[in-house]
Amino acid sequence: MPGLEQFRNFSIVAHVDHGKSTLADRILELTGAVDPREMRAQYLDSMDLERERGITIKAQNVRLRWADHVLHLIDTPGHVDFGYEVSRSLAACEGALLLVDASQGIEAQTLANCYLALEHDLTIVAALNKIDLPAAEPDRVAGEIEHVLGIPADEILRISAKTGAGVSELLDALVARIPPPKGDADAPLQALIFDSVYDAYRGVVSSVRVFNGTLGSGARLRYVQAKATHDAEEIGVRLPANTPVAALGPGEVGYLIAGIKDVGQARVGETVTTAAQPGEALEGYRDPKPMVFCGLYPVDGDEYAELREALEKLRLNDSSFTYEPETSGALGFGFRCGFLGLLHMEIVRERLEREYDLSLVATAPNVEYQLELVDGSIEIVDNPSAMPTPNEIANIEEPYVTVTVLTPTEYIGPIMELCQQRRGEMARMEYLSEERVELVYQLPLAEIVMDFFDQLKSRTRGYASLDYEPAGYRASKLSKVDVLLNNVPVDAFSTIVHRDKAYDYGRRMTEKLRELIPRQLFDVPIQAAVGGRIIARETVKAKRKDVIAKCYGGDVTRKRKLLERQKEGKKRMKQIGRVEVPQEAFVAALTLDD
Amino acid sequence: MLPRPDRSGVYVHIPFCAARCDYCDFATWTDRGHLVDAYVDACARDLRQRDLAPVDTVFFGGGTPSLLAASQLTSILDVIPRASDAEVTVECNPDSVDVEKLRAYAAAGVNRLSFGVQSMRPHVLVALGRTHDPDNVARAVDAARAAGIDRYNVDLIYGTPGETVDDWAATLDAALALDPGHVSAYALTVEAGTPLGKAVSAGERAAPDDDDQAEKYELADDCLTATGRPWYEVSNWARPGEECRHNLLYWRGGDYTAVGCAGHGHTAGRRWWNVRTPERYVEAITTGRSAEAGEETLDPRARVAEATMLGLRTAAGIKLPVSGADPLRVDACLADLSAAGLLECGGDRAVLTRRGRLLGNEVATRLMAALDRPTVRAGTR
Repeated sequence: MPGLEQFRNFSIVAHVDHGKSTLADRILELTGAVDPREMRAQYLDSMDLERERGITIKAQNVRLRWADHVLHLIDTPGHVDFGYEVSRSLAACEGALLLVDASQGIEAQTLANCYLALEHDLTIVAALNKIDLPAAEPDRVAGEIEHVLGIPADEILRISAKTGAGVSELLDALVARIPPPKGDADAPLQALIFDSVYDAYRGVVSSVRVFNGTLGSGARLRYVQAKATHDAEEIGVRLPANTPVAALGPGEVGYLIAGIKDVGQARVGETVTTAAQPGEALEGYRDPKPMVFCGLYPVDGDEYAELREALEKLRLNDSSFTYEPETSGALGFGFRCGFLGLLHMEIVRERLEREYDLSLVATAPNVEYQLELVDGSIEIVDNPSAMPTPNEIANIEEPYVTVTVLTPTEYIGPIMELCQQRRGEMARMEYLSEERVELVYQLPLAEIVMDFFDQLKSRTRGYASLDYEPAGYRASKLSKVDVLLNNVPVDAFSTIVHRDKAYDYGRRMTEKLRELIPRQLFDVPIQAAVGGRIIARETVKAKRKDVIAKCYGGDVTRKRKLLERQKEGKKRMKQIGRVEVPQEAFVAALTLDD
Repeated sequence: MLPRPDRSGVYVHIPFCAARCDYCDFATWTDRGHLVDAYVDACARDLRQRDLAPVDTVFFGGGTPSLLAASQLTSILDVIPRASDAEVTVECNPDSVDVEKLRAYAAAGVNRLSFGVQSMRPHVLVALGRTHDPDNVARAVDAARAAGIDRYNVDLIYGTPGETVDDWAATLDAALALDPGHVSAYALTVEAGTPLGKAVSAGERAAPDDDDQAEKYELADDCLTATGRPWYEVSNWARPGEECRHNLLYWRGGDYTAVGCAGHGHTAGRRWWNVRTPERYVEAITTGRSAEAGEETLDPRARVAEATMLGLRTAAGIKLPVSGADPLRVDACLADLSAAGLLECGGDRAVLTRRGRLLGNEVATRLMAALDRPTVRAGTR
């Protein structure tokens, strides 16, 4: 068994598209971990969604051998929504490999994760990737990294994960520069769970890093935060195939199966110790906290039970989203769900539709508000339609985030304009190099969840990158805008916006609905209202004619089928008061655009 | 009171035209002149083989039946056994008739004509892709009278983009000046695949506007009712006794045999249709095979849906109560439709109001939904 000084534990910190998965593939090949005949692209990204989107959602780890050393590569999720998961993956390492595209430069999230690594006292080994591309500017990018992170430019490696150039030198540098882990094999067990996935056959499979003590197969284990006891059924390492071992000692990374049926019982950040000789909980555990909320409803009301079952199953795999039943007058029975962020929301929704074959309507995403009511009580509201009336509210606070944008200097103007429109306050601006600048803003999270990413991308032709972190709550002048259809409020369309934007939102929503709602037998007023005051109004004029002009001998069968299709279409309409609204109108109205 | 129901009819499809109108989606061709003789022979042979009992109505439709030589058309009519008071209608293009031709028709038993007029305004005719000169219409009507055929219909189209309400009023006035006993007025409908349909979906031409068409429908209904031609079907108005008995067969679920390509028949509870092209029709008949291309035998549910859809189109409406339906659901639906001003229920019949005629699809689909028996899910309770 190798000694502690032979281990090297590291994560790769990189932006989407900077070549992390390709580099992981090259490393697997070079170290002989994967037979070239079994190699496939993005080997470590196991979920279809991960491969399609080119992102890593779940942390993976693999044990490698290089130059008489044992390397544990921990692949981390790269997205801002999963900041906490990243922090736990980093906590399992002594070093981080910073990988930057030599033609693009460092991106906001990469920088944020790098700072996070530095906070955890990780040693950073920086490498520029894609040096084989004609557009690569390694000198400029190296200068930028030196400027922002203080890593000397001459220590930054230059590689091409695609061709393999420089990758073995990179592995040598990882071994040479990253310190070996420390730990006491005789101390009480302290192992950190940095990822858990649910397997239909084995139950929960957790990725663990042992800090002190020994995690032995068959041991009676104590899960400190979950306050539960489980037996270690199987302990192993990933080579990358799961390979059982008798025990994992200090500094080692591997997997643990303990007959657990729900990932909520083995959360990221959990400390595992032994029941016989319990150790202290490791620092940094945190319950996942949803930041973004939306209602999820089956398009077909009959699928409510299937949706509930799918949510239950998906939660076995992802304990970081929340759901509870809610009823909407417009959409029927569904669930109010909470997510870590927008991408997380999209992923959960897409997995529900794809893996459980459901067709869903999602209401517009919103954040959680803290209300102080006139009677002095405090209320938390995560659903706009549940907002009390204005005269009951003394004060509303909304979540703010600190947003960091890295951009080529030519886009500073458009970004400042966007942030201003979104109620942003600039905190600082710093030039990383002559061409690139870092902008830091304080922004309401609600403005980010609208369509901030899309706007940022389109205004900067995709060159700007974004990271944000929670920055507490602030009092804001907010209004709930209700939408009334034929004088009946439609809860699914209620939204909370800044008072200055209520009129604009109301106008856009009523105009959009006027286009989407088919004409009825009577005039249908569509109104937007704030606290009972109408701020915008449109009318869907009554339908005057729909009859088929001709119906003779040759038309009968065709026309009957046409009417039967129309009849079936009517059955799928949602009835709001007396108004029939096709399901598609809800979907289209709730699809945000500008 | 509508005429008493007839028992049976024959529809003969003549798929030849001199030019194709932009809105037309019927089975018709402008380049098959060489097929006409063989086609006429095939129709006659088809009819002889059927050995029909005498029919009450005959209708030559198209296409442009009047494009045939009189002898060709009458050679088909001659082999159709008819009751002594049978109604025999021929659709005519005002451009392709003269007194001589119409006299030959009359001698063979034709006693009703239907003129495709569409509009009396030249710019509207251009927009429809029609070629005829409005003055030809008056000449054609004079020829019909001279030939002794005094029952005639004029076909009109309203709501063509570019047609003003005044244009439509002028068309109605000019049509009424011809003193027709019967008028059919159709809202211009854009059909996929037609030159008009392609131009509309390409954004090159405007689509007809429902509100404009509703206004013009009401204008036509006022005008025709006031001149003694009340509606008897959504798009048809006639002096009492001048209704088209053949078309009433369609709306009353009567029996009719179809001859010619793309013709649709309904006999003994079965709907069937012939091959679409004249070539294939001629080939099938001359080789002694059936020209049928498809058929549908209606189940009771479809039959009720059909009777509802067709009956509602007529001034006789539908008969109540509807057998086999849940009376509570149907009554609730009828009450809603009456309250909305779409339907008038009196005695044992329900008839569309004028507003209901314009919203006929809404009424029909709601009634059809109410007539559906609630589906019982397998395995519940």
